[in-house]
Amino acid sequence: MTVPAGYFFVLSLVLFVLGIVAFFVKRDLISQFMAIEVMLNSANLAFLALARQAHFADAQVVVFFIITVAAAEAAIGLAIVLVIFRRRKSIRTADLNSLKG
Amino acid sequence: MRDLFWLIPFPPAASALALILFGRFLSRKWVTIQACGSVLVSFLLSIFSFAGLFGSAGESLPWIKILSPWIKAGAFGADFGFQFDPLSAVMVLVVTGVGLLIHVYSVGYMAHDKGYTRYFAYLNLFMFAMLLLVLASNMVLMFVGWEGVGLCSYLLIGFWFERKSASAAGKKAFIVNRIGDAGFLLGLLFLLTIVGSSDFTAINGAVRGGTIGGGLATLIALLLFVGATGKSAQIPLYIWLPDAMEGPTPVSALIHAATMVTAGVYMVARLNVLFGASGSAGDVVAIIGAATAVFAATMALTQNDIKRVLAYSTISQLGYMFLGCGVGAYAAGVFHLATHAFFKSLLFLSAGSVIHALSGEQDMRKMGGLRKYLPRTYPPFLVGAIAISGVPFLSGFFSKDAILTSAFAQGKTILWALGLAGAIMTAFYMFRLIFMTFHGPERISEEAKSHLHESPKVMTVPLAILAVFSIIAGYVGLPAILGEKADLFRRFLAPVISPAAEARALSIGAEGLLILASAGAAFLGIFVAYLFYIRSPHLPQALADRLPFVHKLLYNKYYVDEAVGAVVIRPLIRGSDLVYSGFDLKVIDGAINGSAAAAGFFGKALSFLQTGFVKDYAFAFLLGVALILGVFLF
Repeated sequence: MTVPAGYFFVLSLVLFVLGIVAFFVKRDLISQFMAIEVMLNSANLAFLALARQAHFADAQVVVFFIITVAAAEAAIGLAIVLVIFRRRKSIRTADLNSLKG
Repeated sequence: MRDLFWLIPFPPAASALALILFGRFLSRKWVTIQACGSVLVSFLLSIFSFAGLFGSAGESLPWIKILSPWIKAGAFGADFGFQFDPLSAVMVLVVTGVGLLIHVYSVGYMAHDKGYTRYFAYLNLFMFAMLLLVLASNMVLMFVGWEGVGLCSYLLIGFWFERKSASAAGKKAFIVNRIGDAGFLLGLLFLLTIVGSSDFTAINGAVRGGTIGGGLATLIALLLFVGATGKSAQIPLYIWLPDAMEGPTPVSALIHAATMVTAGVYMVARLNVLFGASGSAGDVVAIIGAATAVFAATMALTQNDIKRVLAYSTISQLGYMFLGCGVGAYAAGVFHLATHAFFKSLLFLSAGSVIHALSGEQDMRKMGGLRKYLPRTYPPFLVGAIAISGVPFLSGFFSKDAILTSAFAQGKTILWALGLAGAIMTAFYMFRLIFMTFHGPERISEEAKSHLHESPKVMTVPLAILAVFSIIAGYVGLPAILGEKADLFRRFLAPVISPAAEARALSIGAEGLLILASAGAAFLGIFVAYLFYIRSPHLPQALADRLPFVHKLLYNKYYVDEAVGAVVIRPLIRGSDLVYSGFDLKVIDGAINGSAAAAGFFGKALSFLQTGFVKDYAFAFLLGVALILGVFLF
């Protein structure tokens, strides 16, 4: 039996909203980072559901791009978080406002 | 041979390019060979082309060789083309011949200079520009050469640019020339607008066909003549030439005596049809020429710098050439140009030899009695002085007499009298120079005397050659008194000079008297110089004491430089200062600083949005996305 595509879209939407909410609610960089990953993967899910429903291979290609970008983003982002932590002894976003105009 | 004439400018051009680009890798010996060799090639080509003119009696003149189209813009066009006719032939022979001798001389004169390669690069570049000027088939290309020689003149006057006075003199020459060139350019633009082409053949055709005539011809001719007064150092733009003596002496000989400064005369002669079509333009040229001839001669009377005497003398002689052209005796003017090129470059080079011998001393008051120390410089120097003074049977006599006779024949008696007065002064100041330098008691400083030496052969041989030409060059243009056919030079130039512009014939008796007057003027001048500087050396001082005002006026060159400074330069500087502090600092800088301040102000005002918190930015982002989604969905 196959799960209807609409379920996947709803799940994707739920994950995405969760990601947004988490991004604004959480106060440290690592958690915000994870929220972003959740949002990215919810988008992946939506693409894959679309690809399966419409037999549309281009959408799968886009997914690979997103995974690649997400991997790169995670690598660089975590490295930045690490450096910030070393210098500031904190990853609380409330402490990080030296770019204030 | 007629296909080769267009090659004449290119050997020096190639040499100059090579010296500028690769000069630092070349040995001195190679630089010497290349620089002199390229001019030698041009000289030989000139001789071949000149000889070719005689073998082409039936052919139409000028020979024209268009290398390629150059400018094409609507109705206006100019070709990169050359033309060759008797007038060009005389010019290229003088330029390459005298130029070659001066190149050779420079090898000795500049031997110890660290800028040796640079010097020859500039000198070759000058040769190219000058040959371009005299061979161009249209005025636009001629203008390129005209500016090119101006550039080289600037570079070579300021050759020793470490010296403040030299770089200032270079700038002065360039700026004064620019003023003249503005007039030249205006005249050129008039011609282009009216004729639609700047080819000399087209211009002559337009004048002969009546497209240009009367007032228009006068206007254009006078505008072009403004350019000539700048380049050829005539009143009122002569002030740059005496200062140009800051350059190396061979440069003074080549550029500021023999060739470049005669470009104005060449241009007037080249456009004799245009100048002839306007009666009053010729009168202006003649009056300016005669006035300059006398005015500059009076200033030469009291100068003590050996090169400055020669500089004022050059201005004066150029005045004679313009006097000749102005009264319609273009052939006589060009003839004087040619003979003057020989004896004036001879005089400059001999003076250079004297300066070289005295380790750079130019003040004649610190010379005297050099005759026995410089046995190979003195005779050529003396020949040059005799030639320029107009003593019979040397070149200067024939050419100067031809000009004065023509002026008289045209009924311009006042101009003739001025010219004659100038001739007396010429003889006087030249022999004053000779007597102060080579005769009388020695006034040489001990230091200069210890290094005193005759110049090497490479310098004295060109002197000897030039001396020979200074003697014999006059015999190609004998006066009409010896028969209609005696004036070979005029008959040679006849195809270029429009016949209507030639002088009326005088009776034999009148011409004989005029020749006697010219010769008398020369001897009178020499005699007075002898009286003043050999027989009774106290006389000049006594005369100066009797006429202190006149002496002071002449000694300070009529205070022209001071007057120009007070009337033109200082107001210009003050005006510039005013504009700088009033407009530049307040308005321009104010506008720039004001807009920067405005940007800063608004940036400050909006900077509260930049909190520095990532979350705030993300929130703005979210709002944006929501807004866009809202627009698309509803």
